[in-house]
Amino acid sequence: MSVMTAGRSVTEAARSRTFGPLYSRNVRAVVARGLMATKSSNWMVMLSGFFEPVLYLISMGVGLGAIVGTVQGPGGTVISYAAYIAPALLAVSAMNGAVYDSTWNVFFKMNFAKLYQGMLYTSLGPLDVALGEILLALLRGLMYATGFTAVMGVMGLITTPWAVLMIPASVLIAFGFASFGMGITSFMKTFQQMDWINFVMLPMFLFSATFYPLSVYPTYIQWLIQAMPLWHGVELLREISVGSFSTATALHVLYYLVMIALGMILTTGRLRRLFLR
Amino acid sequence: MSGVSNDDSHDHSQRYVISATNLTKKYGDFTAVDDISFHVPAGESFGLLGPNGAGKSTTMRMIGGVSQRTSGSLSIMGLDPEQHGPEVRAHLGVVPQQDNLDEELKVRDNLLVYGRYFGLPMSYLKPRADELLEFAQLTDKAKAKVDALSGGMKRRLTIARSLINEPSILLLDEPTTGLDPQARHILWDRLFRLKEAGTTLILTTHYMDEAEQLCDRLIVVDKGRIMAEGSPASLIREYSTREVLELRFGSERNATVGAELEGIGERLETLPDRVLVYAHDGEAALEQVHARGLHPLTSLVRRSSLEDVFLRLTGRSLVD
Repeated sequence: MSVMTAGRSVTEAARSRTFGPLYSRNVRAVVARGLMATKSSNWMVMLSGFFEPVLYLISMGVGLGAIVGTVQGPGGTVISYAAYIAPALLAVSAMNGAVYDSTWNVFFKMNFAKLYQGMLYTSLGPLDVALGEILLALLRGLMYATGFTAVMGVMGLITTPWAVLMIPASVLIAFGFASFGMGITSFMKTFQQMDWINFVMLPMFLFSATFYPLSVYPTYIQWLIQAMPLWHGVELLREISVGSFSTATALHVLYYLVMIALGMILTTGRLRRLFLR
Repeated sequence: MSGVSNDDSHDHSQRYVISATNLTKKYGDFTAVDDISFHVPAGESFGLLGPNGAGKSTTMRMIGGVSQRTSGSLSIMGLDPEQHGPEVRAHLGVVPQQDNLDEELKVRDNLLVYGRYFGLPMSYLKPRADELLEFAQLTDKAKAKVDALSGGMKRRLTIARSLINEPSILLLDEPTTGLDPQARHILWDRLFRLKEAGTTLILTTHYMDEAEQLCDRLIVVDKGRIMAEGSPASLIREYSTREVLELRFGSERNATVGAELEGIGERLETLPDRVLVYAHDGEAALEQVHARGLHPLTSLVRRSSLEDVFLRLTGRSLVD
C-alpha cells in the first residue's frame, strides 16, 4: 500500500469542498455514476419513454384530430387538434420521465441496491446525492423534450420560433416533479405504496386539460385541477407553442419555481432523516 | 474502563485517532448504545465483540457520522463527525455489514466511481484501482459484472473499495460473516497486511476466533454497554482459566450432574447441551471427574477462548 500523498489530497479535497454536513459540492460524481450506469443498462427503457408521447400524438392528434378538426388555442389562435394536444403531451412526458426517475428508480436504489448508503459513507452529503439524481432525471427529460419537439416540427405542428422555448420549459416542469418525487418516495416502504403514485398520476394525465379545454368542467373541478401541477405545465407549454404570453404564463413558471424550492427542502430533509439518523 | 485518565480532550485527539466519551444513542425508548467510552491510538486493531443487537453497528455508524449520537462526545482524527461528516469520512474506509456494491457497474468501475465520490482525480484513481484489484486478488475480474462474483469476491471487492481513498481508519462491520472458511482466511490475511501497513482497524464481530486473530485490543459489548476491555489474552486471563473441560452427559443429565461435579476446577458452567469446567489443567480435572465415578459421553479439553469470557460476563453465548 503506497502512502501519504493521496491521503493528504483527500483531506484537502474534503476541506475545500465541505459545506456543512449536507453538501460537499460534488454533484458531478453522482451524475457521472448515473451516466456510467446508463451506458451498461437497458436502452429500451429509455426509448420507450420517448415513443410513448409520440404514439399518443399520432393516434389522438392525427386520428382523433381528423374528426375534431381545428380548435381554439391560447389567445384565440385557431390551431389543429394535433397542435393543441402536442404541448400537453410534452408536459405529460416531462412529468412521467421525471416521476419515473425520481420515484421507482430512487425507490429501488434506496431500498434494494443500498446505493445511497454506500454513497453517504464517502465524502458525499445527502444534498449532493439528491441534486445528482435529480440532474440525471432532468438530462433524460431534456433528451425527450428535444426529441418530441423535433417530431412536432417534422409533423408541421410548429408555427413560431418561440416553440423552441418548450424545451427549457419542459426541463422546468421535470425539475418540479423530480424534486418532489424523490422526497415523496423516501416515505415509501413497499411496492404497494409505490402504486399510489400511479393512482395520482393517471387522473392528472387524463383530466389536466390535456385533450380538451378546462372550461368543460364545473367551476369547483376547475379549481381542483388548477391546483395540480400538471395543468400549469400543460398551459405553460401550450402558450409557448403558439407564442401567446400573458401574466398567466409568468404564474405558471412561478408555480414550478415554488414547487422546486419546496421539493428540494422536502427531499434533502428526508434524506437527512433517513441516512443521517 | 479505558484505563486512560480523562484529563485533556485536546491531548486525546493528539494521541488517539478515535476518542469516544460517554457515547450514547437512543431510538425513542430504546437505548442502543449506553454510555460507552473508548480510545483508539493510531495503528491499533480494535474490536467490538458482542452478540447481534449489542450496539456494535450503531457505534460504527456514529463513527462514520451517518448516525447522530444522543449524548456524549466523539472525536475522529480530532474532528466531530457530526459537524465535519464529509471531512471525517475522507479519512475513513467503510466495509458495511451487507455488501452494497454498485451492481450496475463493472468491478473496476466500482472502484473508480467510489473514488470520485471522494472528489479524487482520475489520474490518481486509475493506477490505484489496479493496485487494489491486485491486492484483492480480483485483477482478472476487472471487467466482470458484480453479480457474477462469489460471496468472498464481493467481500474482497468491498474491502478494496473501502481502501480507494487510502483511509487512516478502516471500519469493518462483521467482515467475514457468511463466508466459507477458506474465504475467511484469505480475508484475514489481507486485513493483516493492512494492519502491518499501519492502518487503524476497527472491527465488529461475533466470532471469537476472528477477534483473537485480528484484534490487539477489544471491548466486549452487550446491550449497549461495555462489559470488559483489554487484549484477547488479558481478557481470557482475567475472566477465564487457562483451559476448559467440556463434558457432555446427554441433555437429560447435564443439569443433575452439575451438582456432583462441584469442587472440580475453579468454576462450573452448566449449559443445556454440556457442562464446562474451568480449570488450569483440563486433563487433571477430567481425572477428578472419572475418580468420582462419573463417565461423560464425550469430553474435550481445550484452551479458553473469548467465548468463555463472554459467557462469564453475560451468562449466555455470543451466537444465540
